[in-house]
Amino acid sequence: MNTDKSILIKNGRIIDPANKVDTQADLLVVGDKVAQIGSIKSDCENVIDAKGKIVTPGLIDIHVHFREPGDEEEETIASGSAAAVAGGFTSVVCMPNTKPAIDDQTSVEYVHRMGRQARKTFIYVMGAVTKGREGNELAEMGLMAQAGAIGFTDDGCGVQDAAMMLRALKYAGMLNVVFAQHCQDDSLAAGGVMNAGYNSTILGLPGIDPLAEEMMLWRDIQLVKKTKVRYHAQHISTAGSVELVREAKAEGLPVTCEVTPHHLLFTDDAIIDYDTNYKVNPPLRTIKDVEALKRAIREGLIDALVTDHAPHLQSEKELEFLAAPFGIAGLECALSLYIKALIEPGICDWPDLISLMTHRPARVIAADRGTIARGDRADITIIDPGAEYTIDSSRFQSKSRNCPYNGWRVKGRVEKTIVAGEIRYSAD
Amino acid sequence: MVWGYGLMKVILDAKQIEAALSDLADRIARQISENVDIAVIGIRSRGEILANRLSEKLSNKLGKTVPCGTLDITLYRDDLNNPQSDTQPTVRSTVISFDINEKIIILVDDVLHTGRSTRAAMDALVDFGRPKAIRLAVLVDRGRREFPIQADYIGCKVDIGPGQTVEVNLVDTDDKDQVIIK
Amino acid sequence: MARKTDKKFRWRLKHLLGLRELDRKEIEFILDTAKAFEQVGRRPIKKTPPLRGRVVANMFFEDSTRTRNSFALAAGRLSADVIEFTKKSSSVSKGETLLDTARNLEAMGVDIVVVRHGAGGAPKFLSRNINACVVNAGDGYNEHPTQALLDVYTIRQMRGSLDGLKIGIVGDIAHSRVARSGIWAMSKLGAEVTLIGPPTLMPAQAHLLPVKISYSLDEVLEQLDVINMLRIQFERLGKNPFPSVREYSHFFGLTVERMKRAKPDIIVMHPGPINRGLELESEVADGPNSVILKQVANGLPVRMAVLFLVNQAAAAESKSK
Repeated sequence: MNTDKSILIKNGRIIDPANKVDTQADLLVVGDKVAQIGSIKSDCENVIDAKGKIVTPGLIDIHVHFREPGDEEEETIASGSAAAVAGGFTSVVCMPNTKPAIDDQTSVEYVHRMGRQARKTFIYVMGAVTKGREGNELAEMGLMAQAGAIGFTDDGCGVQDAAMMLRALKYAGMLNVVFAQHCQDDSLAAGGVMNAGYNSTILGLPGIDPLAEEMMLWRDIQLVKKTKVRYHAQHISTAGSVELVREAKAEGLPVTCEVTPHHLLFTDDAIIDYDTNYKVNPPLRTIKDVEALKRAIREGLIDALVTDHAPHLQSEKELEFLAAPFGIAGLECALSLYIKALIEPGICDWPDLISLMTHRPARVIAADRGTIARGDRADITIIDPGAEYTIDSSRFQSKSRNCPYNGWRVKGRVEKTIVAGEIRYSAD
Repeated sequence: MVWGYGLMKVILDAKQIEAALSDLADRIARQISENVDIAVIGIRSRGEILANRLSEKLSNKLGKTVPCGTLDITLYRDDLNNPQSDTQPTVRSTVISFDINEKIIILVDDVLHTGRSTRAAMDALVDFGRPKAIRLAVLVDRGRREFPIQADYIGCKVDIGPGQTVEVNLVDTDDKDQVIIK
Repeated sequence: MARKTDKKFRWRLKHLLGLRELDRKEIEFILDTAKAFEQVGRRPIKKTPPLRGRVVANMFFEDSTRTRNSFALAAGRLSADVIEFTKKSSSVSKGETLLDTARNLEAMGVDIVVVRHGAGGAPKFLSRNINACVVNAGDGYNEHPTQALLDVYTIRQMRGSLDGLKIGIVGDIAHSRVARSGIWAMSKLGAEVTLIGPPTLMPAQAHLLPVKISYSLDEVLEQLDVINMLRIQFERLGKNPFPSVREYSHFFGLTVERMKRAKPDIIVMHPGPINRGLELESEVADGPNSVILKQVANGLPVRMAVLFLVNQAAAAESKSK
């Protein structure tokens, strides 16, 4: 780290919710740390004028899919990292459903190394719970944790067998890492490609019942009662799941949860034209579910906002709905989407939103991030909250373009993303 | 000639139409030999009505029933794959409940203009069999042919410009019997 | 029976993807047009020229001799050239994607694609990506519009109109695209539709559709004017939603016994092929109330009308370019 390298961010609105800071001030970065906050006079050469801008701890997305190893044509750790900083994210957590799965120490180290080489966003890794994510045998969670994995999940699917889940939870508990679950009972979800409801009935497509998510979540909460292990419900999508989380938290269980932007912006009505850009898992649900999720956010029940960035090639999505893969790529426009879904309708104010994208997700994975007090690592995002722009997927840093947001006119542009004191993204 | 008001000119009134049809029936009957079968087929939609009237008159004159059929030529039009206007071509049924082989078919239409409808009608007819002959009878011949087609029996001839139209109204479908030029 | 078509009505649809999106006027227009095509099959030369020089491709990704032949014959009667393209696989197995297949056909000069596919929405997907007309011959569990059209055509033939008729659809509704298209067509034409079958074969949100639902055939049979028996498709059923064939036919089969309790002039329909003894007893299938063969015959004029109309719309569209 270059200790004589410094950056002065002047006059921005500094929002650091963990430290209850929301104030107009200057911020000085020296080396890779936040050196000073306040009214600063410095002869530093790098001055960023943040008048009218918001200065926050670097945004953290604890649920992304970079397709390396295995599907590098869809995304690599390098391209994904570039997309992340373009979206204002200074840290992301990679899911292990690559090919092969990240189920041993070497793969974890590989991802970390590729992340360092890319030198954009900071890469965390969640390792697989079971070997190959097949749900049959425990993976070497201990060695993976030692190699730096901050949690475990078989994301892409959930652990189906209850006995297996209990064993895995206990084991994860021993390692003091978080267990994240993609809640989906496959026997109930079997073959479904969209929410099971009125729309799936009139479109003649097999549906995924909300119960498929809620059954597994309920089951896991019972197991958490027994084991008291930190448990994180990934991308919850139904009103029923919200209630389950509420009860679990009320009982004092170490349960957290996350929500994606598409589950706040769309219902399954969007699928009426069989557009595969809306095919995602868990699927888009009904207006009641969307409203329940928004209420839960306002009540503080949700712990993290994530993108579940799932890149796919155009040729893969250009298939009939049944055959197309699930997933929406959304790293680069995530902040604007959350502004649209939460700030504009008054469900969140800026400190709450930033909270959900910084220190609260950091707490879920027990990472020492998400704040910008003096002495903290200089992971900083500078946002122009009023800037309007049109989302243009053809200019994404990501290799993939599969999203339903192309052409949307939105607000809130990331101006600069600073990772460990280096400006790793600058909007031009 | 009866003159009407405005831009509409009535060239045949009900009585004159009746007279024209009788005249047509006469001429047709005179040219048919004793033992030859004839039948009348009208082109939808006003040709059909005229055909019915004509076949009745012919039946009276010849003392035997002259069968009558209806032909819808929509499927045989030459502008189906090259639409000339915005109107919806509506396909209606063709009803020819007799055998047309070896018969003299009197094809009836209200107005003969470009000749395209007649061409289509003939193509349609030959898909039903092989008539001994097809003769064309029209109430009005307004000239300006685009195809080399002539009528064998004509009720009345008019020569009008391309901007004008001849309209045949019949009491079965319109208010009264008359032929007008617009 | 031909209605006077509103002079301003225009058929502008160059695809027939489903009946859910059509309104009553449009459905009736197809039926009226079909009526005019009926007599083509009775002439010495069973051909008319409207689609001369046009190429119709039957793209069938699912087995079906009956529907395929019906479309081929219909196209032939309109003087179109027909090419048959059957493929067992879909995009999922290794091989050409659906879109690539269609584009290749189009490059060869196909004007109308008649497609049957196992994935709901596949015809719609095609219609957005190729220039040719697309006619849906059955997509997954979604729709089978020409089957429903010939069904309502047959009912109209027998009764003049569907307004106020009570129609029962019996069987595996959840997996039946025939039922779905039927629900749309019949309800739009003024009939009251009742879905009849075990709850395990009803679609998840059936109560949100414009229908009544009954789990007992015996309870509603006597009120019905028309009964449409769907084929139980064993190949689609998966994890047996009902315990046995015997049980199904006992509770939901149309037997001679049940016919005694039904209205004497009840119209008995079936999209075919029949599982004799399962959905219908032989005597009922062959009996005086059955219009099953009429349905098959009516498939011809209905499909001719559909091909004629989509071709017209395409001709008008390319003219206006």
